[in-house]
Amino acid sequence: MTGQPPAASPAEVLSVKDLNVRLGGRQILQDVSFTMREGEFTGLIGANGAGKTTLLKVILGLQPPASGTVRVAGQTRTRRAGLVGYVPQKIGLDPDMPLRARDLVGLGLDGQRLGLPLPSARRRKLVDEMLSAVGAERFADSRVGNLSGGEQQRVMIAHALISRPRLLLLDEPLANLDIASEQDVVSLLGQVAKEQQVAVLISAHDMNPLLPVMDHLVYLAGGRAATGTTEEVVRTDVLSDLYGQHVDVIRVHDRILVVAGRGGGTRVPAPSADAPAGPCEDEPQPDPHLAESASP
Amino acid sequence: MTHLLHLIIEPGFFGNAPVRSALVAGGLVAVVSGIVGSFAVLRGQSYAGHALADISVAGGSASFLAGVSPLWGFAGVGVLAAGVMDMIGVQRPRGRDLATGIVRGAGLGLGALFLYFDTTHTSTTGATITILFGSLFTISSSLIPVIALFSVLALGTVLVLYRPLLLSSAAAELAAARGISVRLIGAACLIAIALTVSLSALTIGAILSTALLIGPAATGLRLTSRPGLAMVWAALIGLAATWLGVLLAYDSYYWPPGRHGWPVSFFVVTLILVFYLLSPRPVRRVPG
Amino acid sequence: MFSGFMASTWEVASIVAVVAGVIGFFVVLRGAAFVADAVPQGAFTGAAAASLLGFNTLLGLAVASLAGALGISWLGRRGRRDVATALVLVVMLGLGALFLSFSSEYAPEIYSLLFGEVLGVSATEIAPVGILGGLCVVATLILFRPLLLSSLMPELAEARGVRSSRMELVFLIVLALATSMTLPVTGALLIFSLMIGPPAAARSVTSRPLPAMLLSVLAALIVVWLSIAAAYQTNWPVGFFVGSLGAVCYAVGRIWAAVRSRRSVRAAEPTAGGPGSDALAANVRV
Repeated sequence: MTGQPPAASPAEVLSVKDLNVRLGGRQILQDVSFTMREGEFTGLIGANGAGKTTLLKVILGLQPPASGTVRVAGQTRTRRAGLVGYVPQKIGLDPDMPLRARDLVGLGLDGQRLGLPLPSARRRKLVDEMLSAVGAERFADSRVGNLSGGEQQRVMIAHALISRPRLLLLDEPLANLDIASEQDVVSLLGQVAKEQQVAVLISAHDMNPLLPVMDHLVYLAGGRAATGTTEEVVRTDVLSDLYGQHVDVIRVHDRILVVAGRGGGTRVPAPSADAPAGPCEDEPQPDPHLAESASP
Repeated sequence: MTHLLHLIIEPGFFGNAPVRSALVAGGLVAVVSGIVGSFAVLRGQSYAGHALADISVAGGSASFLAGVSPLWGFAGVGVLAAGVMDMIGVQRPRGRDLATGIVRGAGLGLGALFLYFDTTHTSTTGATITILFGSLFTISSSLIPVIALFSVLALGTVLVLYRPLLLSSAAAELAAARGISVRLIGAACLIAIALTVSLSALTIGAILSTALLIGPAATGLRLTSRPGLAMVWAALIGLAATWLGVLLAYDSYYWPPGRHGWPVSFFVVTLILVFYLLSPRPVRRVPG
Repeated sequence: MFSGFMASTWEVASIVAVVAGVIGFFVVLRGAAFVADAVPQGAFTGAAAASLLGFNTLLGLAVASLAGALGISWLGRRGRRDVATALVLVVMLGLGALFLSFSSEYAPEIYSLLFGEVLGVSATEIAPVGILGGLCVVATLILFRPLLLSSLMPELAEARGVRSSRMELVFLIVLALATSMTLPVTGALLIFSLMIGPPAAARSVTSRPLPAMLLSVLAALIVVWLSIAAAYQTNWPVGFFVGSLGAVCYAVGRIWAAVRSRRSVRAAEPTAGGPGSDALAANVRV
């Protein structure tokens, strides 16, 4: 374990080296490497099925890689150390669940501890502080299942942050938000990264909403990654190399578009076609909890 | 004043030994069922709870056959069935209910088989009815310490695992990200449910065990959004329904048709339904 | 075993299997295993009330099934469906306990209501079972498409004017009638096992609706025939065989699905090297 570098450069929080991941017989990620430091905001960009969620799961320790290493603050088994906070993509929260927003955030502090929680003023204060940090005081006492998508997300961010992780992972947090909420969440996360010196890794299929706050980029395509700053990575030559076919990077005002060229070259492998349906559990369905509550 | 009291509580109520046993045993079971049942309902395992009750009845018949004390038959088979359900069960609610139904069908088939052996080899024809409907008033007081032990086991499991269980029930992904073994917790919860349910099926009958597991818990969920409070409500409502039910059943000895009173199970179940219907439906935001 | 008096048994059981296969397809599709289990149990109350008040048991069964189905539908709209099912079930069983306590002669009839008396079916029972069963099957087939749509994609169905609450009610009513007419013959235990095991297996084999339904009927028929034969030979209760064979069906279905998904994964595995990996350097890093 390396000692702390001199104060000038912030500590390294995440180091991914030569990561290879295979799932169901397919190569999802191939030789992916990048690092993150405290307070950095990195976008994990890629199309649906490019392997973003898989990469996040490997970093969390939920998915073993075929080869390669992942270290968070120099340590390999990270989950239990509470170093990583995670905000998943979509959670079906049951409206019947008697759990207020503040209860869910409180569980972020001690959800893995056994025994009954003792009421403590300190705990309540921490929860209150975190709720106001993410702007969730208004609905702190509402059932989490009753909150809108954006509100639920704030609560989940608070839940992830309250235990003071070094690294915060978010899986497609912007996917279902309207533009105003998108901007709110992005600036909130940028603020969090700077103020709490947390490294933030956020996956998205469109990099544009992240441009204002993003320092670095991990661009995934075909299971391989291009990493660096936006200027370094989002360039025609780099991305064409990554995709294996010609793509153009077009800048319009302050937005970036990556446009596929005309045919030829190697196809980026698509996710496999659905397996035939087994008994209900294999059936592709949007969200089990929503489906259950929608039916009378 | 005493006249009014006598109107409600027929004389000799508290002096009656079977009544006292019924109150104690029923009360214990109601409280445990309310709390453990809250998790069952939250996790969408109402059907599993019901199935486990019936399967442990099959275990009861098997133990009659094998000459083993019924309590172990009930509890042992219940826990075993919970293990099987957990093993073959799937995460999605629909698939899980299907798996539950299959296990229940197979289990009841076995139960039918054991009853068949039972009635052909011995002559306990009334056993079917007693096992299914049970009777709170025929619990011997010697059973109460065992009931207390099992109650403590089931309740203790759920209370010790309270926080990880709550988190994995509400948002399994968040729990997994924290290093909580969602699968293991789920299995422990199902076993606690099995213990609770087989305990109550033995003492108060399979019908009541499902009612006490699901009804008060579902009512508690509607009454408050605070998790701990919801469980306290569930325990209190279950307790109230059980004790009032015992009281009414005792009083009903004097009602028509006059021979042996109305069954406790009828009163308790009806009270549980009434409490549920009286509870306000929590305001639901339209998803969007 | 194929002698005269058993002929009625085979006929009635076959009718029951067809009905169970058809309706069971939707039971599995809609995840209504609990409901399919609960309605016949609740119907048992009607039989107890009927024997108490001295009118036709079948009528009591039908009324109780319908009451149960309607209760589940109503309560389910006001709260969670699984809680609604549980509450309706226990209340009906509680009422059943009440009625039973009023009457004194009940033991043998109760047993047959629970576990069925397939082997004791008389020829006169074929007609009513056949008619009611036919009605249920025809109703299901007529409503096949809207019911399928609202089961799989409720929002899409709503957009097309198929109210899912109405479909739910219709489904519950058909389920209630089907279980009530088969109940006295096959018992509360048998009918729901037939409605979930064989259709679950059918759905694992194919996800196309009509073939799945036909396969589900076929599987139900096989289960029922094997069960009757086995019960005849061993004298053990038919319910035991139906419950066990239903579980076997389900297991076969799960294994089939697992094997097939593993085979398709292996087929998709890229050949050594893969299309693009040679052509370009390992990682494009700046």
